[in-house]
Amino acid sequence: MSAGVGVDLENLWIRFGDFVAVRDANVNINGGDFFSFLGPSGCGKTTILRAVSGFLDPSEGKVLIGGNDMRGIGPNKRPTALIFQNLALFPLMKVWENITFSMEIKGASARERRKRADELLDMIALPGQGDKLPSELSGGQRQRVAIARALCAEPDVLLLDEPLSALDLKLRQHMRTELREIQQRVGITFIYITHDQGEALTMSDNIAVMRAGVIDQIADGKTIYNDPNTAFAASFVGENNVFRGKIRRVMGTEAVISTNRTGDLVARISTANQGKMREGDEAMMFVRPEAFAIASDDAPGDHCVTARVKHEEFEGNVFNIFTEGDGGKEIKVSLPNVGQSFEDHTGQTIRLEYETRNAVLVPAGELAAE
Amino acid sequence: MPRFLKEFFNRNGTGMGLAILGLVIFWTIGLIILPQLSMLDFSFRPNLPPPEIGGPKDVYTLENYKYLIYGPEGGSQDYNAVDLRVFFRTLLAAVCVTIFNLILCYPIAYYLGQSKGSHIRIFAIMLIIPYWINEILRAFALRIIFGETGVLNTLFMGLGIWDTPFDFIRNDIALYAGLGYAYILLMIFPIYNVIESLDHNQIEAARDLGAPWWRIHWRVVIPYAKPGISSGCTMVFMLSAGALAAPQILGGPSSLWFTQLIYQQFNDNNDWPQGAAYAIVLLVTCILFVLAVMRLFKVNMGDIGK
Repeated sequence: MSAGVGVDLENLWIRFGDFVAVRDANVNINGGDFFSFLGPSGCGKTTILRAVSGFLDPSEGKVLIGGNDMRGIGPNKRPTALIFQNLALFPLMKVWENITFSMEIKGASARERRKRADELLDMIALPGQGDKLPSELSGGQRQRVAIARALCAEPDVLLLDEPLSALDLKLRQHMRTELREIQQRVGITFIYITHDQGEALTMSDNIAVMRAGVIDQIADGKTIYNDPNTAFAASFVGENNVFRGKIRRVMGTEAVISTNRTGDLVARISTANQGKMREGDEAMMFVRPEAFAIASDDAPGDHCVTARVKHEEFEGNVFNIFTEGDGGKEIKVSLPNVGQSFEDHTGQTIRLEYETRNAVLVPAGELAAE
Repeated sequence: MPRFLKEFFNRNGTGMGLAILGLVIFWTIGLIILPQLSMLDFSFRPNLPPPEIGGPKDVYTLENYKYLIYGPEGGSQDYNAVDLRVFFRTLLAAVCVTIFNLILCYPIAYYLGQSKGSHIRIFAIMLIIPYWINEILRAFALRIIFGETGVLNTLFMGLGIWDTPFDFIRNDIALYAGLGYAYILLMIFPIYNVIESLDHNQIEAARDLGAPWWRIHWRVVIPYAKPGISSGCTMVFMLSAGALAAPQILGGPSSLWFTQLIYQQFNDNNDWPQGAAYAIVLLVTCILFVLAVMRLFKVNMGDIGK
């Protein structure tokens, strides 16, 4: 696999009038990486993509592709290809003409283009469909044609703007695997925009979590899931239970917070915030639903939460317990369905315990909207 | 009863359905087809004084059509060169006006269709309001601009670009400008309508894949806008070929429009059958020409309605 061409954003600011769409973004994307920008709609991730593809100029800062400053270079001259959210296939051109549009511009002969189209159609598992119109294909097939059209331009960087959002769930999951496979086969850099954390986690080498124009964290999926930097990253990626409190005591990489409702709790300070959190600071502790267990009798009190069970549900692989949590916020507990018998707790008050390493402490901050 | 009729009545109710159907039939048959048929009938009859109408001399004849081609019987020339020349020049001029209008209106329609914002509405209103002024006034206003002592000549002579007045009217420039201007909206709006529905991502996708701007238009925008373009071109061509006021007012003294010949036959010569024959020839030629061009550019009849 080739090293691929990297993309760097240096102190990138993008403003629309008074509105700041992207605030001082600094990202280094390694060549050949599958890199995702993950964030809710309106967080500026598509704006970043448009700046990389050349459809808009940054207000400040630089976009570097393969180390070259891209300022003043139009989208038709950049080594990028963009896959649009609605795919934007040309409806009046046949599939093979769509795929080889970039070759047509360079003046390739019809025979050459036809040959290349057939190769790409084989690669995307649509052999012999070249003479159809895009409207004659299914959603997933059109998706693949859009990918082939972009790859045919032989870009160094492929940009994907939520290309799976229009597909149904099953197909979306299938296309995740397929995209990842294609990326590994062609070995070029993929920059993927999504609001779906599942897509970002399953496909990406690295993820940038974005909120309101700001990049909160850049890391691989496991790190973001297990060791988030901010309250937003913790609450946006995956399900999480939040406990608010004040820091009572800091002990190296751990701290005790006092919560109004559940008393003193011990948590691990997230790596990026170690050494920065002080006694008396407002903080938020996050514990994943699957990190809770029903407490044993000898469980220590500073690792336990007491809560009244509102309702329960059986999801097959897990058993979910919803309890009344802090500040009216629900606490969700997911117990794996392996070798334990489930009794109905509804209405009862139960104790839940967690391990310190599974409780992450970050400074109090904005949570992701549900 | 065919199914579409049954559905039509189900949707609108019998009373309303009959009313609508009646009006449509009255409109198409009573106001369009029957008068045209009577014109067609006229064109095949000799021009007789009223007492002889219906008499033994009132028989069907091709005289009126022959006249356009061969001229008066026993005339000095083999062909009716004067009228034929006017006929073909009219068609050619209408083609030119159409092409000129297309070149002028496509960029405007593209701009209107693809940019967003309230200023588009203002532009559209600015395009429409001049049409509140009637055609004759607009034509005379152009005379003021293009006349020998008109705005343009005064301006250019004042600037010293030329020193004797340029005769815009004798050179037919005023006529082309007038015809072009008269039908600008009929060209802009059909194209605008289609381009407005073109997904802007298509243009960006083409650009992203490396296409320069002219290529984007050639391969993406124009094929998409083809129905609008053909609809606009058809209307502008038909109406310029059939225009009367603009050629009358803005045309040079030596250049006749074929419609002016038709008008002369009806009014000055009081020869309705001859006028009808000329009008029918113009109509049929225009229709055949439009159909041929549509075929050449692979446009369907249904597209014209877009």
